[in-house]
Amino acid sequence: MSQSSEDSLDGRAETRPAASGGPFLQVRGLRVHFPTDDGVVKSVDDLSFSVERGKTLGIVGESGSGKSVTSLSIMGLHKPGTADITGEILLDGQNLVGMNREKVRLLRGKRMAMIFQDPLSAMHPFYTVGTQIIEAYRIHNKVTKAVARKHAIDLLDRVGIPSPKSRVDDYPHQFSGGMRQRAMIAMALSCDPELLIADEPTTALDVTVQAQILDLIRDLQQEFNSAVVIITHDLGVVAELADDIMVMYAGRAVEYSTAADIFNSPQHPYTWGLLGSMPRLDRERTERLQPIKGTPPSLINVPTGCPFNPRCAYAGLNSDLSFTVRPEFRDVGGGHHIACHLSAEERTRIWDTEIKPKL
Amino acid sequence: MSTQTENPTADRRLGEDLLVVEGLQKYFPIRKGLLQKTVANVQAVDGLTFTVKRGETLSLVGESGCGKTTTGRLLTRLVEPTDGTITLEGRDISHLSNSAMRPLRRDIQMIFQDPYGSLNPRHTVGTIVGAPFRLQKVKTPNGIKKEVQDLLELVGLNPEHYNRYPHEFSGGQRQRIGIARTLALKPKLIVADEPVSALDVSIQAQVVNLLEDLQSEFDLTYVMIAHDLSVVRHVSDRVAVMYLGKIMEIADRTSLYERPMHPYTVALLSAVPIPDTNRRENRERIRLQGDVPSPINPPKGCRFHTRCWKAQDVCKTTEPPLAQLAPGHAVACHFPENKDSLTIDPTGAAV
Repeated sequence: MSQSSEDSLDGRAETRPAASGGPFLQVRGLRVHFPTDDGVVKSVDDLSFSVERGKTLGIVGESGSGKSVTSLSIMGLHKPGTADITGEILLDGQNLVGMNREKVRLLRGKRMAMIFQDPLSAMHPFYTVGTQIIEAYRIHNKVTKAVARKHAIDLLDRVGIPSPKSRVDDYPHQFSGGMRQRAMIAMALSCDPELLIADEPTTALDVTVQAQILDLIRDLQQEFNSAVVIITHDLGVVAELADDIMVMYAGRAVEYSTAADIFNSPQHPYTWGLLGSMPRLDRERTERLQPIKGTPPSLINVPTGCPFNPRCAYAGLNSDLSFTVRPEFRDVGGGHHIACHLSAEERTRIWDTEIKPKL
Repeated sequence: MSTQTENPTADRRLGEDLLVVEGLQKYFPIRKGLLQKTVANVQAVDGLTFTVKRGETLSLVGESGCGKTTTGRLLTRLVEPTDGTITLEGRDISHLSNSAMRPLRRDIQMIFQDPYGSLNPRHTVGTIVGAPFRLQKVKTPNGIKKEVQDLLELVGLNPEHYNRYPHEFSGGQRQRIGIARTLALKPKLIVADEPVSALDVSIQAQVVNLLEDLQSEFDLTYVMIAHDLSVVRHVSDRVAVMYLGKIMEIADRTSLYERPMHPYTVALLSAVPIPDTNRRENRERIRLQGDVPSPINPPKGCRFHTRCWKAQDVCKTTEPPLAQLAPGHAVACHFPENKDSLTIDPTGAAV
């Protein structure tokens, strides 16, 4: 253990100088492919994005869009040998792709941490909540058990667990769903991580608890100035938290811009579809929802051209382009990126006349 | 859906009470010791009274542990109530035996939440959707296969998928298979327990639209159990808000969402994240503290008083009755919100 803690100190010393300027997390041309008997599953295919300190990126997409695979790649949690990962994941200038697993392990907890969707399976049922928080803290900090325990109690108090002094010795099953989620957030925050990835942090929770957890993530981010990546399928959640939003479909980014842009002037037909699919409390009730037809594609046989073309109502508007050529992910003005063949005039016309009035 | 005998009176009776629930109660005993003495009860459902009209959709909403799923299981008589009555079309079904209940099962069907757990992985779609016909010994003039294929087409699946197994379908398609099975015997009442919460957003909208289309085509009556308040507003005619086994507020959709009276409803609605970045700054949100108390030992008086910001001494001692404060709008609260906007004098209110 002494060997590895030295490594961690060295690792920190190496990376500190690089910390000046540039986004804290930068992903460039990331591809995550899983070879299977049926063919190669292209879960993430040429993905690029970045997050600065103190900012929140929301990644939105349906199941199978590659959002969770992306976060597991950043954390280095894919089982060795199962995934082909290429491209670059730069954490404070340090490339994590191809890095020694032991080195990545030392970055986890301290420099980056993750909140998982299901706290019951993410926590070990055999150990008390306190033990699990203390373990993480003592790996990165040379402190006595008593100090670490005090730290764990402080954290539980911080995330709003009632009577943390006694609850620290409880087992995960003795906590309610919302409390378990908070305990996991406490665990993720135990070493003040600089990058926090939250994968569907509130999906399993009731709306009142969800509101508490979102407030908590927001407060903690302001306090520690961390970079946060929040992964969800709920557009309401990202509207509450995110500065920037990336919409993913079939392992690729299809739209990327500021949160305000995504909600006020979305430009990709898939984003229009997502917005039309959700019933909204803040608008007049519409008679019918406007779902996206069909289902997401298989990632082994991604449709040629634009992967969204079988479900897109506007795929035929530009001769055969959508069916043959993969649209480039490009800047269409002011940092608003989309991957779509429709011309700017057509997009504006469709959004103003067909989509916006029906939302 | 061509073969079974049409119910010729269904149209005429649209709007009358199909299901009447009075004082419904379900306690699950906690037994301990050698003699398995009952030491306490989980008061899952404690005195529900409501009616469901033919052709309408009533939604039950609330946080986990509020008893909404137990209510659904009571209505379908998968569990037997401890007390109270469930009356379907004038017939008391609360304590019918399994064999007496069996012929009625075709009238009450259920859609389950988990499209993975609710279909037998070893049976083909044909077997799954055809099972109700076999179990209820319903005569199908053109054969069960034809009937099943009609049903599959009705819910938007390819009839040729008759011989496939559940694992070959996506979550949304599986939910459609479950819906086809539910519709097979033309039930009068469908209890849908979180029918869309396990589905992706785009698929969720497809299934919501399908449920609505089927309702208008076959005059179906739904009791929808859900926690997503946006979806509930979209599908429901009336909404009942539950907390710790009791109804806190029941009203038609418009009144409940525009003039919620119970503080709990107000808090629930304010907690829903709104997909609009412009609203982020100026939203007033009521933060409820803590978790739902244990249903083994629920708070005395009003069950919500431990988390309510309006609670006063009377709330800790006296339980407020579910009183009708406006036409079709009943609330169980001593100090209801939005009372000023009422046009009638709330004489029925307690205190």
